[in-house]
Amino acid sequence: MEAHTPVIGGDRPALERSPLARLPDRLLKWGLFGVSAAVLILIVYFFIRLIGQSTLAFNRFGLFGFAFHNRWIPSRLIFGAAAMLFGTAVTSAIALIIGVPIAVATALYLTQLCPRRLRGPLTILVDLLAAVPSVVYGLWGVFVLIPKLKPAEQWFANTFSFIPWVGGHVAGPSVFIAGLILAIMILPIVSAISREVISTVPAEHKEAALALGATRWEMIKIAVLPYSRPGITGGAMLGLGRALGETIAVVLVIGDDPAIPHSIFGQGYSLAAVIANEFGEGSNIPLYRSALLACGLVLFVLTLFVNGFARGYVLRGERKMFDGARHRLGGVDEPEIEPAMGA
Amino acid sequence: MTELPRISAGRRRKDRIMRGLLAAATGVALVPLVLVIYYLIYKGAGQWSGQFFTSDPNGNFLGYPGGIRSAILGTIEIVALATLISVPLGIAVALYLVEYGKKSLFANVVRYFVDVMTGVPSIVFGLFIYIVLVVAHVGGNFTAWKGSVAISLLMLPIVARSAEVVLNLVPGSLREAALALGAPRWRVVTRVVLPTAASGLVTGSLLAIARGAGETAPLLFTLGTANGLTFNLSQQMNTLPTQIFSDITSPRNAIVARAWGAALTLVVLVLILNLIARAAQRRSRLA
Repeated sequence: MEAHTPVIGGDRPALERSPLARLPDRLLKWGLFGVSAAVLILIVYFFIRLIGQSTLAFNRFGLFGFAFHNRWIPSRLIFGAAAMLFGTAVTSAIALIIGVPIAVATALYLTQLCPRRLRGPLTILVDLLAAVPSVVYGLWGVFVLIPKLKPAEQWFANTFSFIPWVGGHVAGPSVFIAGLILAIMILPIVSAISREVISTVPAEHKEAALALGATRWEMIKIAVLPYSRPGITGGAMLGLGRALGETIAVVLVIGDDPAIPHSIFGQGYSLAAVIANEFGEGSNIPLYRSALLACGLVLFVLTLFVNGFARGYVLRGERKMFDGARHRLGGVDEPEIEPAMGA
Repeated sequence: MTELPRISAGRRRKDRIMRGLLAAATGVALVPLVLVIYYLIYKGAGQWSGQFFTSDPNGNFLGYPGGIRSAILGTIEIVALATLISVPLGIAVALYLVEYGKKSLFANVVRYFVDVMTGVPSIVFGLFIYIVLVVAHVGGNFTAWKGSVAISLLMLPIVARSAEVVLNLVPGSLREAALALGAPRWRVVTRVVLPTAASGLVTGSLLAIARGAGETAPLLFTLGTANGLTFNLSQQMNTLPTQIFSDITSPRNAIVARAWGAALTLVVLVLILNLIARAAQRRSRLA
């Protein structure tokens, strides 16, 4: 090609830009590259510094001892974060158990059943749950949820005391209340991702189910849910990541007691809550501060794992979406037809 | 005409029950929103007054505890600085990923890290900045700008991810048309790609700002506490979330009431940002 382009003056084809004119291009390209690389390096640097700051606590108590010993006595400089780890796990589990079914049901209703006119407003309202700042949920939890729910909790604890972890005295602030608030907070994100995944279910699958005589619910059960399961799982795990790290709402309602509670209505602690609550006192004592930062490190690594898994699931879902799109466009996918029975 | 076999009563009943349950769950999901907003207005609206918005917390043991002027202005200052940091950086990262990096290994690593950052708890960003800037005494101990940096770390991945999605929506044919006319790459990016995606970029940025404005946890370790009004970003500063957080634990009813008033203010601010973001999205030329 180049042989045919006219050459002016030197050995540069007329259509090629001068080196000076190409400079802004290079600047933009390498500038953007530099910014991206800087963000990357920054995160790694932060991570390394966080590890460095927590080594004091880990050296003193051992990695295992720190994470799984249930002794948190700041006055004697003994730090074992088992209670916090436990609280984080239990509150997140409660949040998932309550939040995910409601979130998925909301997504199914909004995408499959809701009258068209209500769909937009209802979707915005569900999304608005995510816009409320966590400190406001905390405020509401302390002054509304805790006092109003206490009688109901006590009744539940008395009636179902035969279930392990339920009976006994109901403290005001508790692991359960924290889990309930977390459920409210993860609901919008799980619902939004589920909606997105569910809306990619190919119309043919649903129409096929309906054409075969399925009711709406049966269509959801046999066409919609199996197709969108990986994506919904990924959304739930992203919700879990949120729940693990939520700080301010939890610190206000969990009771901040470094002990493993006797029931879900007892007071507890969480990794994020202990950092927020004790940082003021701890920041001047090196070992105490290191222990709190170690809690942060454990939390960080936990969320990294959870989000890594979630990403895997959502990606798998996306690949399926891609297949779905190819299918819609009349691509090469052969419809999978089971041989008719007895044929 | 042959009649279709009727769906059995049992299946129809189950269908009706399940559809009812799904609708009921949607109703249940909205109960907390209604309750939160109801209590915010019920307990917070009465606090709103001229004095509430024009005075600072005064720390007096008796009488009016002071309003939230310094908190509102502090939040605006801190979030403004955080926006100045995170929005250009976030859009730059997204531009790199979409225009240059594409599917290369490095771009995928960056994409992965940005994804990871969205999942990092906000308190951990606070700890990062605490270790790197506060413990190291970079320009003082607790200062407002360190709070901004922590908030901007939180906003950066939100901006970058939403911007990547929007930039990917810009049709390739637009880029190709501009390139075919002889425009250099940087002009294509600045004159074609960015203007086309502008309203989407605004939406993503506004949602990130709304998120950043409500965050408390990263500020606890970076900002310190202050009551008075200041425009100096290298001093400690008051913000709405941190003031609400400290007011909640107060034994004085008047201060708890101030927390409700401040919470209502914060929610109104965040909701306005969200609504503007949605309006911008609706006007978008893409999608």
